[in-house]
Amino acid sequence: MDWFWEFPHLDDDYLRMLRMVIDDSFRSFTRAYGDAIQQVFEPLRYLLLYAEWVLLNSPWPVVAMVVAALAWLASRRWPIVLGTVLTLLLIGYFDMWEDTMRTVAMILVCTLLSLVVGIPIGIIMAGSNRVQSVVNPILDVMQTMPSFVYLIPVVMLLGIGRVPGLIAVVVYAIPPIIRLTNLGIRLVDKEVLEAADAYGSSRWQKLRNVQLPLAMPTIMAGINQTIMMALAMVVIASMIGVQGLGQPVLRAINNQYFTMGMFNGLAIVGIAIIFDRISQAFGKRIQKHQEHTHE
Amino acid sequence: MNDASTSYGIEIKGLSKIFGPNPERVVPLLQQGMSKTEILNKHQHVLGLNNINISMPAGCIQVIMGLSGSGKSTLIRHINRLIDPSVGEVLVAGVDVVKMSQTELREFRRHKTAMVFQKFGLLPHRNVLENTVFGLELQGVPRARQLEAANHWLDRVGLKGFEDRYPNQLSGGMQQRVGLARALANDAPILLMDEAFSALDPLIRVDMQTILLDLQKEIKKTIVFITHDLDEALRLGDRIAILRDGEVVQQGTGQEIVLNPADDYIMEFVRHVNRGKVLQVKTVMEPLGDPASHADGVEMAGGTLLEQAVSNLLAANKTTLIVTGDQGKPVGTVSLNQLIGAMVSP
Ligand SMILES: Nc1ncnc2c1ncn2[C@@H]1O[C@H](COP(=O)(O)OP(=O)(O)OP(=O)(O)O)[C@@H](O)[C@H]1O
Ligand SMILES: [Mg+2]
Repeated sequence: MDWFWEFPHLDDDYLRMLRMVIDDSFRSFTRAYGDAIQQVFEPLRYLLLYAEWVLLNSPWPVVAMVVAALAWLASRRWPIVLGTVLTLLLIGYFDMWEDTMRTVAMILVCTLLSLVVGIPIGIIMAGSNRVQSVVNPILDVMQTMPSFVYLIPVVMLLGIGRVPGLIAVVVYAIPPIIRLTNLGIRLVDKEVLEAADAYGSSRWQKLRNVQLPLAMPTIMAGINQTIMMALAMVVIASMIGVQGLGQPVLRAINNQYFTMGMFNGLAIVGIAIIFDRISQAFGKRIQKHQEHTHE
Repeated sequence: MNDASTSYGIEIKGLSKIFGPNPERVVPLLQQGMSKTEILNKHQHVLGLNNINISMPAGCIQVIMGLSGSGKSTLIRHINRLIDPSVGEVLVAGVDVVKMSQTELREFRRHKTAMVFQKFGLLPHRNVLENTVFGLELQGVPRARQLEAANHWLDRVGLKGFEDRYPNQLSGGMQQRVGLARALANDAPILLMDEAFSALDPLIRVDMQTILLDLQKEIKKTIVFITHDLDEALRLGDRIAILRDGEVVQQGTGQEIVLNPADDYIMEFVRHVNRGKVLQVKTVMEPLGDPASHADGVEMAGGTLLEQAVSNLLAANKTTLIVTGDQGKPVGTVSLNQLIGAMVSP
């Protein structure tokens, strides 16, 4: 009755072998293709460096004004603009401006990358049940796998630095945009699609004229979630060399600097709120026509 | 494009549609004569349409009637192939729509057809004007001409001044008229109208019927018109087909159907119609016997409606009506008693 009290598991030696084989083959894969893969991601590194450079080299009043202008364009609401500027000023006053700019640059590039990759995947998924049934479980794994675990292969492949951090963040943050693009397109009213077909829309015209605009509120919710998840990864990404607000937090954890951790943590919360309010207000504004104003 | 429109007749031949996961498997069973209920109970497939044969002459209004769920919307969707048939042909101007490639189908839909939907099918994120130009936009018509056509038809359906509203800011009837303007602006030779007037109030409804009839006088389109309303069917339809449970139970002109309903189902439809306002004297007349015996009758054209004929006779204080043909020559007679008898539902 041994098997009853102790779970019958693989032989220890066999397990050790299995681990070694997988590790070795991945390591040799890394040695063989690591450089090539790094080359592929080189443009991303430039994009990130450029975004950082722009944000760090612009005088702070200019940055603050641009952000305020964006907030106004997106939301058309003064309280949001005011709150945004105030948060930025506070962050600067507590001497976290540079780290904040680095983090903002990272989030922007991550979000951009997530959208560029995620929206097309969501569109393809919406068009085919088979693709959906393949992609969905992958997204489940991406979202539930502890983020530290997939840092390992990323670091093995690309080493430590901005790009691996970026990729880790994107892997973590991309599922919502894929899921919600897919959902939004699938929820588009069948009658409206039929009308688009009846008047002779091509696939692309249908996507552009009907599916994307009608799915937009849902897609905006996805963008918002993607940004929030990217921000949640800031500290973890800093463990593999991403600069920004995450690093002081990490240092604070290691050395038990309570106040330093608190300030930088609050700064992350601050920009999270800015991003959230602006993107939500934008989402609401573009779906004005959905409100029922029938008199 | 309009000059060619006269030749766009529609011919539906042996069309059947089976809904379900595996229609190909059920088609042979249907062809062996299995019934709708058997197909549903034994094979879990819905027989939507069964062996439909309708010939719609070019330039005519073909009305399709039937109770809810009888397959009217399913049928009209086959004409522009929003639904693919399980078997059968849909010939438009001699070309089988079912065999068209995707590109051909798209061109066909863009230039040859326009559709009005039962549930409107408007784009909720576009305002009334942008909805109206939708078909023309897909045709690639220059923007100025799009606007011209859209404004003309919006004005015609009584929506001038509402161009900037969004569909959800309009009442159901107004939305339906936007759908109508969108279809008419498209200027296609074939017009598919799925309960296009159902959401309209009686006054606007008659107005829209008049638009359609006026339009038909100028440019003869081939119009397929679905309605629940027999009076509307009789007013608009050159021909009427009546569906029940996915089958055509009777087709013909309105007069034929009102006078000789094929079965009890159609009798139900016809019962409440005001026959005096629908039937023409020539459909109830008797062929001319001895001309001398009817010398003191009142002469009237064959197309005169019964009610009108009765009031004419009463005014003239006569009891015999002499029906005249095309050249004004007498072709038949009807007595006052026969007229009144024909006006009462059997
Ligand atoms: N995709 C589908 N799958 C299964 N059954 C369908 C499908 N589409 C239609 N049907 C069935 O076909 C029948 C005819 O439907 P259809 O919409 O053509 O009716 P209709 O005559 O237009 O009715 P109404 O007057 O209510 O609009 C119905 O019984 C419906 O359940
Ligand atoms: Mg219908």
